[in-house]
Order: sequence, then C-alpha cells, then structure tokens
Amino acid sequence: MPGSVDQENDQSMMDAGPEQQYEQEDVLELEDKRIVVLPGATETAASFQFDGEGHTLGNALRYTIMKNPQVEFCGYTIPHPSETKMNLRIQTFDTTTAVEALEKGLDTLMDLCDVVTDKFTVARDGFNASKTDRMES
Amino acid sequence: MAPLIASQEELQRRRIVDINPETVSNFASTDFPGHWPGESHEWNLGKFRDNFNVEFHRNDQFEASFSLVGLDASIANAFRRILMAEVPSIAIEFVFVHNNTSVIQDEVLAQRLGLIPLKGSVEGINWMRWFKKPTEDDPEGGSTPSDFNTIVLRLDVKCEKNTNVDPKEDDPRKLYKHAHVYAKDITFHPVGRQEQFFVGDDAIQPVNPDILIAKLRPGQKIDMELHVIKGIGADHAKFSPVATASYRLLPDIKILRPIIGEDARKFVKCFPAGVIGLEQVTREEASQKGSGYEGHEGEMKAVVRDAFKDTVSRECLRHEEFQGKVKLGRVRDHFIFNVESVGQFDSDVLFLESVKVLKLKCARWKRGLVDLVR
Repeated sequence: MPGSVDQENDQSMMDAGPEQQYEQEDVLELEDKRIVVLPGATETAASFQFDGEGHTLGNALRYTIMKNPQVEFCGYTIPHPSETKMNLRIQTFDTTTAVEALEKGLDTLMDLCDVVTDKFTVARDGFNASKTDRMES
Repeated sequence: MAPLIASQEELQRRRIVDINPETVSNFASTDFPGHWPGESHEWNLGKFRDNFNVEFHRNDQFEASFSLVGLDASIANAFRRILMAEVPSIAIEFVFVHNNTSVIQDEVLAQRLGLIPLKGSVEGINWMRWFKKPTEDDPEGGSTPSDFNTIVLRLDVKCEKNTNVDPKEDDPRKLYKHAHVYAKDITFHPVGRQEQFFVGDDAIQPVNPDILIAKLRPGQKIDMELHVIKGIGADHAKFSPVATASYRLLPDIKILRPIIGEDARKFVKCFPAGVIGLEQVTREEASQKGSGYEGHEGEMKAVVRDAFKDTVSRECLRHEEFQGKVKLGRVRDHFIFNVESVGQFDSDVLFLESVKVLKLKCARWKRGLVDLVR
C-alpha cells in the first residue's frame, strides 16, 4: 500500500499540531521518506523498514538488488498484512555495504524505468504512425 | 572460474515456464548472479536496453494492448499494481446533501455518486493537489477546500408532472420531468484557476452521461453539492484510473512428434481458432528417415500458426493420442499487457504514468537514504 494512505498518522495524530499535519500532506508528492534500519545491523548485513510500501516496490527492488553480484542475499517481507510496512533484508560480500547495495538497487530500478519509458514511447509512436498510414492509403 | 556460456538450447529451456496437465513447473527466474556456475547475470543497462522490446497490438483511446518482452515478472507486476492502485485520478469524495426527498437514502446515493467516472482537462487534473481529509482524532486537521484541491459539482433536480401528456401514457420518463436522474444532470462550477483549465470540452463531466443515479416521482427533489478530490486506487477503488490492467504470458506450443491425419484435425479442435493450422506433408519430409512422416506424403499434419491466440486450456493434454507429442509452456519474459482506462486518461498515457510513479517512488526513497547515511 502506498504512502499516501498515511497510516502512521493513526498514532501520532494527537501529538502533532494541525498546521504540521497540513503541511506534511500538502507536499506529499515531494515528501522524503525515512528508511528505518532494524536492530542487529552490521556494515554488510542489514534489514531496512520501508513505511507505506508493499509488494509493488518490495519485489521490484529485491530483483534489482539481487542483480548485483556483490550481494549475497536479498529478500523482502511484509511482516503483517494490516501494517503498511515492508522489510528488506540485504547481506553483501565484504566488497560493499548493505546501504550501498540498496542505493545501487534503487539506481538500477530508476535506469530501468527510463529505458521502459523510452522504448514504450517509440513503439507507441511507431504503431500510431503505421495505423494512420494504413487508414490514409 | 572461467565464464561459461549456456547453450542456446539451455537458454531456450530457461525462457519457458512448463505447463503440465495438472501442474506448472520451472516458474522461478534464475537470471541472478551466483545461480548458474560461471555465468554472470549481473545487471547491465546496455544489455537490458538491447534485449527489452515493446510491441503494440492495439492502441485505442480507452483500451491498449501491448507486449513487453525481456522484463522480469517482478517489474511487470509492479507496473500492473501501480496502474490499479497508485496512479492518481479524481472522483467525488464529499457529498453535502441540502435536500433529498427521493426514495434512495443519502448514504447510498453518495456512494453511487462516488463511483461515477469523471473526465476533464488532463493538464488540470495533473495540476491539482491532494486534499487531506480530516480524521476522527483531528477533525480540524483537514485541508481547506481550495481551487487546487477540490472541484465543486452540483446535482439539483426536481421532479414535476409534465402537462399535455397522452392520458394513456404510462412511461414515467414521459409523464414527469426528471423522473430519471442521470449523470449528465450533474453540473460543474469552476472556481479560481479552474476556469482556465477546465473550459469547453475540457470541463469536468461524467465520462458516460447516461449513468442512472436515481429515480424520482413528482414533488421529490435532490439538491446536493459534490466535492471532487484527487486520490489513489489503494484508498478507494473509485480512484483507480483503470477498468482493468492485466497481463498474461505469451503461450508457447511445441509439437514434439508429428500429428498426422485424423489426429491432426482433432488437434486443431483442441485450440481456439487460428492457433493450429494444417499443412500437407511434403515429399522431402516423407522421404526423411526417422522424421515420423515416412509414408505419409500428402496427408495433413498439424503446425503451430499463432500461439498468441491460445488460451492455454490444456485440452490437448487430456487426449491419449497426443501423449508425448506436444509440450505446452509460456514465455517467462513476454508479458502481454491489456490496459483499459475508465475514461479520465488515455490508456497508453496511463502506462507511462505508472512507470513514472515507480521511478518517483525510487527517487523519494533514495533521498531518504541520504539521511540514513548522514
């Protein structure tokens, strides 16, 4: 489930002032998210908690991180279905760190999105052009 | 270890998800570093760009079908999930009932109104911001309705008797004015900058003007103000911009041993029209020893024409005579997408939007990561 559902406000609503809440929501599209490192992390092995994410980002990110040969293990879980939290576990070899692997995974996924957008646009424009050609002739 | 290169045959085997009579096997992706000894499988953007391919099958305004080839299921599934639940769109969220004397209850009517798909200037919709809803704990915490987060619609209808009606007439639509309330009776009242965006054909209006909202009898009235906000499908299905967004894997049919004559005709009937065709066994094939065609020159043999059209019903696997002669499968990295828009955006734009949402998500988390390192 995406972040805009904003489940965490359930608990903190009483403490936070109304102005603060308003501002937070208003910039929702640009709001930076906080990644929590779960206890027991070392340099090369860490579990990260993503608040407000689900299988959508979890599985895609797991794939791109696993594509990194310096990563020994990567997996994700949604510990409880009624909490919109996603845990991502990364264990790497000594040549890199877990945080670096995560950053590289995010970069990979963003590069991938650019390629998909480019190729999709080209294919669509080509298809539309050939369709109008056929209609004209 | 010296790099090993898998044979073409092996690569082909890895590309196919096997479909057996009762089960599915070989479904997990194995293209990861460390899975196959001596093979790299490291992420390589150039290689991905070379292998990835998009092919369009149809591109109508509200329905598009296209293939994405060379993608992992985790990525294709992310796009599909985002299309349904995370691409923003607008819908009626708040209904202020000034008067409702119809037989349909306020809350039921409000729920019906919410589900009406709306359209309007795409530019204007993209310009709109989120509206923060007040919660029980913090009733004052919501946004103030403004031109950039709320669109105001009104529904104000009154049912009255028509004069000069044939006394034998029994159709209430002819007997009374506004006996049926349709989506087209909803009026749009722009405020502030909305007047620049939502003009003429780009005004906020129902996609389908003929949706029946309520039925009235003379003397009954509905008068309500409807506030439209931007939201996402994960919050409520009415905000989902797609009617359907789905993919299937390209079917793969392999005829391992010849299927000839009467069997071939039966084989054709096991599949939807156009999937399997019949061809005559040529002299060359018949003269080839061990091909299974010896002495069958001129007879009909089954050939795969277009596996794309197959529904993978597995009917052919139920028949004794085809045992061991056919192998069904699906191509692991060939996703045939079907995206149907509810009418607010063009379907191809919706897909591009989903890719954008995924990228934005990554960018946002990456910024959060910078904090973490610091």
